[in-house]
Formats: sequence, structure tokens, C-alpha cells
Amino acid sequence: MSALATLIPETTTAGGFLLVLALVLPLAGVFAALILGGCNARRVAMLTIPLGLALAVAIGVELVQTGQTVIYLLGGWAPPLGIALRADGLSAAMLLTTTVVLLGVALFARDDFETPENLREARAPFMFWTLLMAVWGALNAVFLAGDLFTLYVALELLTFAGVPLVSLEGHSETLRAALRYLLFALLGSVLYMLGAVLLYGAYGTLDIAILAERVRPGMLCFAAGALMTVGLLAKTALFPLHLWLPPAHAGAPAAASAVLSALVVKGSWFLVVRLWFDVMPGVVTFSAAQLLGGLGSAAIVVGSVVALRQERLKLLVAYSTMAQIGYLFLMFPLAFDVSGNGPVHGFALAGGLLQVISHATAKAGMFMAAGLIYAALGHDRIADLAGVARAMPITVLAFALAGLALMGVVPSGAYLAKKLLLDAADGSGQWWWTIVLQGGAVFTAGYVVLVLASVLRRRSDPLLLVSRVSRLSELVALALSAGSLLLALAALGPVPGEFVSSPFAPKEMGVLLVVFLGGSLLASGLSRRSLLGAAGANAGVMRRIAAGVGESFELADGVIRRWQFASISLLMLAILFGGALVWGAPPS
Amino acid sequence: MSATTLFGLCGALLVGVGIYGLVVNPQPLRKILSFNLIGSGVFLLFGVVARRGAALGMGGDPVPQALVITGIVVAFSATALAVALLLRLHDVSGTASLTTKESPEPSDT
Repeated sequence: MSALATLIPETTTAGGFLLVLALVLPLAGVFAALILGGCNARRVAMLTIPLGLALAVAIGVELVQTGQTVIYLLGGWAPPLGIALRADGLSAAMLLTTTVVLLGVALFARDDFETPENLREARAPFMFWTLLMAVWGALNAVFLAGDLFTLYVALELLTFAGVPLVSLEGHSETLRAALRYLLFALLGSVLYMLGAVLLYGAYGTLDIAILAERVRPGMLCFAAGALMTVGLLAKTALFPLHLWLPPAHAGAPAAASAVLSALVVKGSWFLVVRLWFDVMPGVVTFSAAQLLGGLGSAAIVVGSVVALRQERLKLLVAYSTMAQIGYLFLMFPLAFDVSGNGPVHGFALAGGLLQVISHATAKAGMFMAAGLIYAALGHDRIADLAGVARAMPITVLAFALAGLALMGVVPSGAYLAKKLLLDAADGSGQWWWTIVLQGGAVFTAGYVVLVLASVLRRRSDPLLLVSRVSRLSELVALALSAGSLLLALAALGPVPGEFVSSPFAPKEMGVLLVVFLGGSLLASGLSRRSLLGAAGANAGVMRRIAAGVGESFELADGVIRRWQFASISLLMLAILFGGALVWGAPPS
Repeated sequence: MSATTLFGLCGALLVGVGIYGLVVNPQPLRKILSFNLIGSGVFLLFGVVARRGAALGMGGDPVPQALVITGIVVAFSATALAVALLLRLHDVSGTASLTTKESPEPSDT
């Protein structure tokens, strides 16, 4: 018991009640929606989400003013016996991003998920608004929970809220996608819990702050770390564990896809960050981080190339999400020093966080734009999108801005994130990640150019729109994309000014040009159809080779996405991570 | 062999059998049952941890009991959700398979 006595006793800080409110508000919304019934669910969501935004801002302000972590001890019991809620800078930033994106999604879906006049309750709208608040509550719990078991419960809540969003339309294909998602996520979460149990067995607590002081490198800790990491990777759908993501994210209605892609996968990513940098900074090793970064790079390449091969816009955007998830894991190796003495952070953590925020906003905007095009045309076949730019200029602009933001064009958040990560790569002597960071933009440009080339094409016959899309939805998609594109300006405060250069500086223009040219080349080579339509008829040898490469990527992705392959890779990865932790550990 | 070691080994065995079932069985219902087996193994392991109480230097530790009950509730909800989805899938499509007949690979539509 002496170990317990030496710890500084935590107390609830002045703003601690805000954390409780952040958990209670969404869940109260869920219950209110359930009690008040179908047609009122939308009203409840529209009321609670702006309140939540105010709350997230209040938590941020409290954090900045006091300069220390906001803590609330449930029932006044201090850990290890009690449960603490904690909000640090990372949590506050994620809380704010989540509410902003959710507000956007709520406005976007206002007309789509309206209960029809003559009905008291319709299944899809009722479920959508209730689940939206449930996802929000679960995410807040993930960001605020201070111990590994509460995090487990929060993560499960997130999955339980996310899975029905996939199958909102109730077709057999979406049901199948939802079931695959659920089953694979369950495998991940049970491995996570196994790791947590092992940690409890060794250290007698699950509280993050206390564990961080007690954890020592050792066989048990390596096993727990490896199990928890791969379990979370399965939920995040990092390559090669992405079997559930493309059908699930592409099959859901646009508003739900935006939530799933922008927010839900970030929940488990956030937990990997917590685990690596808060719980076991003394245990994770340079080589394990390299493995994580390597998987991320593979995700970027495979996800982007397979995205280029898609015939449907929503699937293209879903594969783009898979590639962007890869980016989020590049911060892990960059937070390490090449000498391998545990994580040193530098700007890598800030860069990773900024990447998450910019991806959340840009991808939400992109999925919304794709959904609007689908709604207006009644299909989303990329080959038949000619003339869309003229018919729906705002939507196409939103898609283009989101694409630019994802590519990391000045002054997008992704640009600043890339700068910070490049700085970390320089500082830690890991030049190889520079290639991935710079080259990734070309891959992103590839599928953005592919879509833009298709929508900008002229068409001879008039375009038939099956339905009018609401102007509000278009503007929301545009606002989120533009927000992501201008994020670097907002982040200028805490980041030194020399990181952002003028978008019109010759160097930036040159980079942009190279990225676009490279992207166009990739798109014209690897896509199913030639970029310029008729010009591709005289296919050269190069084109045929490139098409073969694209096809083999697609085949490989099909194999990787088989259940057996994915679940065996999951186990293999657990062993690999265990090995990287054991042999990468500094001699003690 | 002490009782805790025996229970610990049982837990490990359950997790192993469950993972095997989850990987090789194509039927979703069997996957759901396998997930429950893994869950039981983990809960048993947690029980062993409580019995040992080693980390706290006590004869037993009540905290894991509380956590196991929560864990069981979560696993129960997961099972209920999975079975509900499976039943709905069977109603809509007439089959209870995760892959479509036409293509053995995950379908893209």
C-alpha cells in the first residue's frame, strides 16, 4: 500500500463539473429523444448540440485559463478506488472538433431526416437523431475518461452507436456491412480488454495517471501493450485491418458516413495515442513505432490506389478515409528519437492532432458533397458525373476544397500538420518518413483530380436531376471544407509563425504544381478510365502496365479484406508488436 | 498446481478456442458465440486476478468483480445487437451469410 500513499492525491478542480455536463448532456438528449418520441428527436438534437458546443468552448477556456488539467472525481473518490474524468489539451481539442462537426452534420441532415408530416414517427429519422447523440456521448466519454476500463465501455458505446448508423437504410448489403463491422470491432475490443485485465493484474489499477507511474517494461506489459494496440487498430481500420470500413462507410447515408468517417474512427485512434504517450511512454519502443508508421504508409498507398480504381464516388471517398487513417499513424514514429530512448514528442503530437482535426472537417465535407451528388443524380457512378459542376457548383466547390485541404495545400490544417511532422522527422533524424509525408499528397491529389476531371467535363445532353438538394446542406458541406482549408490560420496562435508561408510564394506554388501533376499522372495511369475520355482510346504500353498495377492492388485489397486474412493478420500484428516491444526495449 | 493457475489456464484456453472459432467459422452466429467464449475467458482471467489480489497485497480484491459485471453487461449488449442485426439480415436477404453468393470476396455494393 505504500505506493498508493506516495501519490499526490488528486482533487476535483473548479471547472470539473463541466466534464460531467459534457457526458450527461448527450445522454440526456438520447433519453429525451426516446421518451418524447420520433418527431421530436430532431428538435432535441438541434437543441443539445449547440449547447454542447458552448460546453466544449467552456472546457477549453477553463483549461487555458487555469493552465492545468481539468479533473472531476466521481463521488469524490480518488483513484485508484474511484474514477476520475480528466480533460487535457488533447481532450479539449477533440471535444471541440467533435461538436463542430456534429453541428455541421445536424444542419446538413436537417431536411434529409425529417419525420414526414403525416407520420408520428419514422424509423430512419428517429434512429438517426438518437444515434447521433449517442455517438456524441460515447466520443465525449472516450475523450474524458481517466481509466482504461471506462475507456473500454466508452469505446463499446461508440461501436454500438456507430454500427446501426451504417445500416440505417436497412438493405441487405448495409446490414451485412454493419454486421462485419460489429463482429470485427468486437474482436478488437475483447483484445483491448484482455490487455487491460493483464495490466490490472500486474499493477492493481486501471487509472491512466497512476498506471503511467507504475508501469515498468516487462513481458506482461509488452503483451498487454501489444494486445491493446492491435485491438484498437482493428477498430480504427488501419491497413491491413480495414475489411469493414469501405462497405460500411460507403453504404451508410451521407450524413451518417460523415459522422463515421470524420469522428467514429478517431475515437479508437485517440485511445492509441493515450495508451502510447500517457499510459506506457516508458514501454513503447522505437521499433514498435516504426511498425505503426509502416502500416500507416501502406494504408496511404493501398487506400489511395484502390480509391482510384473505384467506380462509385462514395466508395472512392471511403477508400480515401482508409488512406487518411494511415496519415494519422505517421505521428507515432516521429514522436520518437532515433536513438530509441522512449518518445520525445517535439512537434509530432501537435502535428498529429492537427491532422485529425483537419481530416475530421475535410472528410465530413467531402462525404456530404458526395452524398449531395448522389441525392441529386440518383447515382454516384464517377464515369457519369459529367456536367455536375455546372448543375451543382457549390457542392463541387465543397468537394474540391475538401480535396485541397486533404492534400495539405497552404493554409490548410493538413499543411501545417505536415510542416510540424516534417520538422519532427528532421529533428529526430528519420528522413524516410519525409518521403511518405511528401509523397502522400500526390496520392491524395490523384483521386481528387480524378473526380474533378469527371464533374468538370462538359456534357452534350442536359443533366437530369432526380431531386433538388437543399441549399443549406450544400453550404454546410462548403463551410466544413473551407474551415479545414483555413485551419492553419486558426492554429497560428500556439504555433510559431515561420511554419506557415504565403500560399502564393513561388515554393508553395511549385510544390502545388508538382503535386497536381503527379496526381494527374497517377489518376490517368491507375484509374479504370482515361482521365480525358476519348484520348485514352489509343492506350499505350505504359497505360496498360499501369492498369495492371492498379488491378493487382485491387485484387490484393480483395484478399486482405477477407475475414480469415484480416483476423489472422490481426493476430500476427499482435505478435509483431509484442516482438517489437520485447526486442526494441532499451537494455536495463 | 494452485487453483488460480488452473483457472488462469482455463481462461487462456477459452480465449484461444474463441479466437480460433472467430477466425475459421464463416457463419455469423458461430462468430457471435465465439466472441462470447473469448469474453468468458477474459472475465475468468479477471476473476483470477481478483482472487490473487497480488497487486494490492491482499487476499482478494473486490474491484475486478465490479468490472467483470460491467464487462458482462457490455458483452451481453454486443451479443444482442449482433443477433438483432443477423435476424434482420436473414429477414431481408433470406440468408445469414457475411459474403454474397455471387462473389466470395466482400461485395463492393
